[in-house]
Amino acid sequence: MSEVLVVVDHVDGAVKKPTYELLALAARLGEPSAVFIGAAAEGDAVAEAVKGYGAEKVYVVDDAQIKGYLVAPKAEALEQLVAKTSPAAVLIPSSAEGKEVAARLAIKTSSGLITDAVDVQEGGVTTQSVFAGNFTVTAKVTQGTPIITVKPNSAAPVEKAGAGTVEQFDAVISDAAKTAQIVASQPRQSTGRPELTEAAIVVSGGRGTGGNFEPVENFADSMGAAVGASRAAVDSGWKPHTFQVGQTGKTVSPQLYVAAGISGAIQHRAGMQTSKTIIAVNKDEEAPLFELVDFGVVGDLHSVLPAATEQINARKG
Amino acid sequence: MNIVVCVKYVPDATADRQFESDNTVDRVGVDGLLSELDEYAVEQALQIKEKRDGEEITVTALCVGPEKGVDAVRKALQMGADKGVHVVDDAIAGSDAIATSLVLAKAIEKVGPADLVVTGMASTDAGMSVVPAMLSERLGLPQVTQAAVVETQGDQVRIKRDGDAATEVIGGTMPLVLSVTDQSGEARYPSFKGIMAAKKKPLETLSLSDLGVDAGQVGLAAAWTAVEDTAARPPRTAGEIVKDEDGSGATALVEFLASKKFI
Ligand SMILES: Cc1cc2nc3c(=O)[nH]c(=O)nc-3n(C[C@H](O)[C@H](O)[C@@H](O)COP(=O)(O)OP(=O)(O)OC[C@H]3O[C@@H](n4cnc5c(N)ncnc54)[C@H](O)[C@@H]3O)c2cc1C
Ligand SMILES: Cc1cc2nc3c(=O)[nH]c(=O)nc-3n(C[C@H](O)[C@H](O)[C@H](O)COP(=O)(O)OP(=O)(O)OC[C@H]3O[C@@H](n4cnc5c(N)ncnc54)[C@H](O)[C@@H]3O)c2cc1C
Repeated sequence: MSEVLVVVDHVDGAVKKPTYELLALAARLGEPSAVFIGAAAEGDAVAEAVKGYGAEKVYVVDDAQIKGYLVAPKAEALEQLVAKTSPAAVLIPSSAEGKEVAARLAIKTSSGLITDAVDVQEGGVTTQSVFAGNFTVTAKVTQGTPIITVKPNSAAPVEKAGAGTVEQFDAVISDAAKTAQIVASQPRQSTGRPELTEAAIVVSGGRGTGGNFEPVENFADSMGAAVGASRAAVDSGWKPHTFQVGQTGKTVSPQLYVAAGISGAIQHRAGMQTSKTIIAVNKDEEAPLFELVDFGVVGDLHSVLPAATEQINARKG
Repeated sequence: MNIVVCVKYVPDATADRQFESDNTVDRVGVDGLLSELDEYAVEQALQIKEKRDGEEITVTALCVGPEKGVDAVRKALQMGADKGVHVVDDAIAGSDAIATSLVLAKAIEKVGPADLVVTGMASTDAGMSVVPAMLSERLGLPQVTQAAVVETQGDQVRIKRDGDAATEVIGGTMPLVLSVTDQSGEARYPSFKGIMAAKKKPLETLSLSDLGVDAGQVGLAAAWTAVEDTAARPPRTAGEIVKDEDGSGATALVEFLASKKFI
């Protein structure tokens, strides 16, 4: 059976959940191999993590010489791994960086590229959700090695023992790939809440909060949820851009999405429309978001959310 | 200095976007426009030109798209771009990102050499966010992408951006490919003067043969991906909506959450 390369999503060697989701999808196409591009010293810990989700091999690409040089060196390393392993497909997380690596790899290997897949079936048939979630498209790569980027929350991780055999892979990186440099980097401060794109529940606030996010945050905490925001809230400086849900913010697809004081513009819907269950709290019963909801409350979020929070906390006892 | 801004012509996101029977996007029956996110690219190109007062800088707006795509180029000219280039050829219809980036790269080489290639962060139709990286790969230029803040000095470009895990400053030396987000600054509206002036600006139309691109390398038949099926999402069945009266809204909300086992 052919290998399927899965690019490991991680922060300093801490493997993130989308990696396990990709391994589950990879197993439908062939034999999953994880590719870890990072500090060689973290390779064993990463291997330990991914072998529990079916990784047969773990290629460790030491990033000592390429750290800080953006995406081009990563694409070069992957190109060489593709040449060595002739994989059935390469699966990459659909982050901004993941898509850029995929884009370069597709050109380098003369391969078709599919981005933002929400499902991958046997035979490499992908599902994408396009036009703000209004259409579902199935597609296939017809030339070269299928390069597919997959959105978070697209598959359930499957716990399954793999061999997890570690193999160091020494990539040869050209100077030409080292032309754009990360001059400074400030890691994101942890909010202590689940990460927006990975959370099972997301509670977002919009202009209707009037800048007071407390009801939104307290409600989110009672639910163990991540906090998001509309662009109007971000543009007003109430939340950093990293909280933004939508076309030019994060795409979320949680089990539950709660929008408070958000009207439901097409650009916002583009980022949350595929959520499984949708709830809105809005003063205006004509707000377009009510067209999408499973449950809606026409009312003031400043009274509805605190009262709901209190009841939820009381239930927890 | 030559700045080339890539402007895509896309179906209006607020209109009813549709697919054709061959699973390509209907770009004729639906109103199209300059991809809203590319307006930010035009804006940044113009700002760079304005900030580097005294230098000879030409901003060229480039669109690869159908006949009507010329509207996207015109909009960029009205905003203040100096020149327009529209690559139009029936053979291009249905191209994938790989082929689109090939045509764009060849066109940039033809109108260039470019010191800066500026693009949006994503189109508003397919929104793959891959064309800038593909152009960088094809042109052999550095990429500085997803910029929220752009600064140039001499041949140095520095951008600030919200990366996946960190806020970053990225630096590169021109010539390079730059993509900008909608955080980079509101795009200007064309003024009446700008609209009048645009009518006199040079607008070149190029075909594949002008670019030396073989028609067999582009279009639906040559795409390395194939769409097998498109389906409109079934409309959501209307949800339950309650009016909050005397705190009843919160109780109903909590009951709903409990019934769905979220709490
Ligand atoms: C719904 C849908 C799904 C698709 N899925 C795939 C797929 O999975 N794989 C695939 O290979 N192709 C796919 N395509 C086709 C492909 O997206 C487009 O052909 C192509 O233009 C690539 O990019 P993009 O629009 O996603 O651009 P992005 O990469 O999102 O665009 C970034 C920037 O590049 C510039 N740019 C992009 N296209 C042009 C242009 N024509 N003229 C000028 N500037 C431009 C703009 O500055 C833009 O802001 C899809 C198209 C649609 C409509
Ligand atoms: C290129 C482009 C990209 C964009 N990208 C994004 C994006 O990624 N994400 C995004 O969100 N937007 C995006 N937008 C902006 C989008 O078009 C809307 O402007 C934005 O989503 C509106 O945010 P909002 O719903 O919070 O504000 P509004 O539309 O002003 O809605 C506020 C709502 O709050 C309600 N309200 C007011 N007070 C209360 C109260 N006390 N209790 C309950 N409800 C109350 C009002 O009835 C109203 O419905 C983009 C726009 C453009 C042009």
